[in-house]
Amino acid sequence: MTQRIVQSFLLTVVVALSSIALSALSTQAALANNAAYTFETEAQERQFRQLINEIRCPKCQNQTIAESDAPLALDLRERVYQMTVDGYSRAEILDFMRTRYGDFVHYKPPLRASTVILWAGPGLALLIGVVTVIGITRRQRRAEGLSAEEQARLNTLLDDEPSAADSSHSDEAESAKTNTKERGE
Amino acid sequence: MNQKVKTTIFLLPLVAFMGMAVFLYSGLFSDPSKLESALVGRQVPSFELPDLYTPDRTHNESIIGGRPMLLNVWATWCPTCYAEHTFLNQLREEGVYIIGLNYKDDSRRAAVNWLQELDDPYQINLFDETGMLALDLGVYGAPETYVIDADGVILHRHVGDMNQRVWDTQVAQLYYQARVAAGMDVPEQYQHLVVDGGSQ
Amino acid sequence: MIAEIGHFALVIACAFSILLTVIPLIGVARRHGGQMAMARPLTHGMFIFTLISFIALCWGFLVSDFSILNVAQNSNTQLPAVYRLTAVWGSHEGSFLLWMLVQASWAAALAIFSKRLPLVFAARVLAVMGMIGVGFYFFMLMTSNPFDRTIPLIPVDGHDLNPLLQDPGMIIHPPLLYMGYVGFSVAFAFAIAALLGGRLDASWARWSRPWTIAAWIFLTLGIALGSWWAYYELGWGGWWFWDPVENASFMPWLAGTALMHSLAVSEKRGSFKSWTVLLAIAAFSLSLLGTFLVRSGVLVSVHAFATDPERGTFLLAFLGVVIGGSLLLYAIRASKVVSHSRYELFSREVMLLGNNILLVVATMVVLIGTLLPLVHQELGLGTISIGEPFFDEVFMWITVPFALMLGLAPMVRWRRQKWPELQKTVLLAFALAVGLGWALPAIFAGHVSGLAVLGLILALWVLFGTVAELHMRVAHQENKFNGLVKLGRSHWGMVLGHVGFAVMIIGVTMVQNYEVERDVRMSPGDTFSEQGYTFHFEEMREVQGPNYVSDKAVIRISRNGRDIETVFTEKRFYHVRRQVMTQTGLQVGLFRDLYVALGDELGDGSYAFRIHYKPFVRWIWAGALIMSIGGLLSITDRRYRMRRRQSRVMSMQSKQRQVDGGQA
Repeated sequence: MTQRIVQSFLLTVVVALSSIALSALSTQAALANNAAYTFETEAQERQFRQLINEIRCPKCQNQTIAESDAPLALDLRERVYQMTVDGYSRAEILDFMRTRYGDFVHYKPPLRASTVILWAGPGLALLIGVVTVIGITRRQRRAEGLSAEEQARLNTLLDDEPSAADSSHSDEAESAKTNTKERGE
Repeated sequence: MNQKVKTTIFLLPLVAFMGMAVFLYSGLFSDPSKLESALVGRQVPSFELPDLYTPDRTHNESIIGGRPMLLNVWATWCPTCYAEHTFLNQLREEGVYIIGLNYKDDSRRAAVNWLQELDDPYQINLFDETGMLALDLGVYGAPETYVIDADGVILHRHVGDMNQRVWDTQVAQLYYQARVAAGMDVPEQYQHLVVDGGSQ
Repeated sequence: MIAEIGHFALVIACAFSILLTVIPLIGVARRHGGQMAMARPLTHGMFIFTLISFIALCWGFLVSDFSILNVAQNSNTQLPAVYRLTAVWGSHEGSFLLWMLVQASWAAALAIFSKRLPLVFAARVLAVMGMIGVGFYFFMLMTSNPFDRTIPLIPVDGHDLNPLLQDPGMIIHPPLLYMGYVGFSVAFAFAIAALLGGRLDASWARWSRPWTIAAWIFLTLGIALGSWWAYYELGWGGWWFWDPVENASFMPWLAGTALMHSLAVSEKRGSFKSWTVLLAIAAFSLSLLGTFLVRSGVLVSVHAFATDPERGTFLLAFLGVVIGGSLLLYAIRASKVVSHSRYELFSREVMLLGNNILLVVATMVVLIGTLLPLVHQELGLGTISIGEPFFDEVFMWITVPFALMLGLAPMVRWRRQKWPELQKTVLLAFALAVGLGWALPAIFAGHVSGLAVLGLILALWVLFGTVAELHMRVAHQENKFNGLVKLGRSHWGMVLGHVGFAVMIIGVTMVQNYEVERDVRMSPGDTFSEQGYTFHFEEMREVQGPNYVSDKAVIRISRNGRDIETVFTEKRFYHVRRQVMTQTGLQVGLFRDLYVALGDELGDGSYAFRIHYKPFVRWIWAGALIMSIGGLLSITDRRYRMRRRQSRVMSMQSKQRQVDGGQA
């Protein structure tokens, strides 16, 4: 019984001591952070700010190391700061992070066969869209002559029901019409 | 454009959706927060760290290699480390060589107490107060266990607790094959892994 | 007892939704007017019982009935009454009930305001709404019942609501967002009904247009509110994070914006019909996909929601049926549509097509960017992250041509525009935009950044283009003011929509390029100066909240020795969930925000602070608000209030094939 009491007492002491030590440690880290984020040049500061907003905290749910307060994020922030101040370039720091944490760590994936679809997919869609539109307008221009008969039928219908056509069109269309008239098309 | 071609084109959105659905379905059953190590297939980075028990003594990368080993990242503030500790002790009994990397612990004392209380499964104990080596290894939490071959190359990283299931399914084969490659003996119970896997 | 009523009402609502799916469609098939007419009362029944069920759940939360599992997990006796109500939709189950209530409300509104639609069409539309309902009711009853009991082990107190959601912004953000998401189901239902009937003429476009715009307004406001909430609640100073959850709401917005513009063409010109239908399907499909992504846990997000493969599988199966089915129907029916409208390369039609192409490209960027990490990992290629640096860059490239066309498009005529007619106006507006875009940063800002200039030029170009267009419309009228009034609400809606976009671009440009961010440590009594403002850290107070304790820093802000405002920033510790939340201190202004967020205590009585100077950040949300007002003006336009009109002109023009004989 006594042994258990002694044991639990010791455990409590250990826990208390370690928590004190921990708080001291984290304070030191935080102190260093806030005191240390001073830069010699504006370019350095910009690089630092940009990087900490682009590097992902590996431990957290989808957060950058700028956003997260996790200890690991603090460490990485500190490392980015140190490297920036030591004159490392943006690419070098990103390389450093990538060799350790993989591509995962940067919010912009590298261009490779497996990621090329990020740019190629939308690019291809854009290309298809543009080509289709040009194709449609070309085809229509060629077909213009053939559709005279349809045009005539359309005109008859339009003449048939001027009131219906008018009310079914918005004021915008009306004004467009006046515009057309006035600008003498 | 003939009708067939046109229908095919109009089917494209459906095809694209179905392709996406396949991935979404498989995604349901995997953990999105799981990460592989960027260092698999590479040498353990160089380091210089003090010993956990004797602060004056330092170790460097020369302790890595020569034989296959595990590198276990742990800390006393990590409850899962407590959970896996018994299993690590068991591995040691089986003759597995494990290096302990104490990662940003509350204090040296706490770590030493822990090992004295729970037994020390590690052949060498590294004390990484600032997380220097851990950062170089790409550690993002504790516990993590690295499987390293005799040349000091990282074969595998396991995130989370090491237990019988993980050992049997993910680690044991890698480890014992590396032992065979290094010309070391393999215990009877693991022979089948080496024989089966040797041909792979 | 109340919970059982709620549960029972949900079952009845589900039954109504099944009947709503079946009976009107049988009626259509048999051309039985009475059965088709059943659609409306059935819709009302579905709505009323969903409402009863929802009220029952609200009641459970209000009286803290912890015998209901959902209440026990998401509420607490200490939780203020308002947040007990928001807790109703703070949980997975509750949010789906809200979703269903919104869905049923849209359906009921449709039933009320669709009296002028042909009965066959109305019956089909409501049946589609019912079909969507069936899936969700089953989903709730089978996997996510909000009325599950904790009996016999009733907890004494609940787990409390996620502190992140204990905020006034969260009271209306989810309902607004859902109104938007689900609102696209109306456009979807119209599109499916049109496909079923085989009639893709201008009339369906006219009918669904106000509904689409209404949904778009809600979605715009919902997203803007979410962004604003993230800005002051997360304490990071950001207003958009490209998080999967945000992307999930952004994709339907992009598709919906494209749909809105494409509908305008379909309505007025009878063109792009099959394209518009595809967009209508896409907008709602992306809403569903977004819900799936958020609720199934396939993606890593800061917003950690319920993750459960069973639910995910059900949702995915439902997605497969709804999206797969509608895309199949689309492939079969829309491929037979023949379009014969004529326009040249330089015409309003092509401008709007350009708008559509770019919006679709943008949607694809977000979609691929959101899903690629998942696919990449599933293929065993390793984990990648796609976030701000990627999206920011790509969106910049998309915005440039988008804004350039946007400034020009309203001036361009339908069918064919001759360049010389516009040359003078366009060149003048563009020259002004370029000039001012350079001059403004050079005069007012410390340094001129290329991106800031580019953004300003684009925004000003849109603004001047819009003004030039208005001027053109009234140029030849004697009374200019009357002319402007006569343009009609729909036209003004467009104007405001575009102006809102320009305002937003200005906000984004300025805040991205001229923001200042500082990490500061201060003890009470310390001051810190930045951008001419001085922040005095007066004192630290300990505050006892209803379900939290908080350290509250009092910061007095002054400029040139004159006090401006005293702001408060807090670190709140919520007892039950044991979470710490930051409350930011904001000094709001039209041209800049001062943003102070309290960080950790640093031991020696000093505290870490994050201080931001955010120029024009309000303009981002103001832009969204202006756009929404524009949308509101559009749907109150005269033509949507008038009785149903003939659309023979349009149908003639489009030479629509009548696939469905019964429709003729």
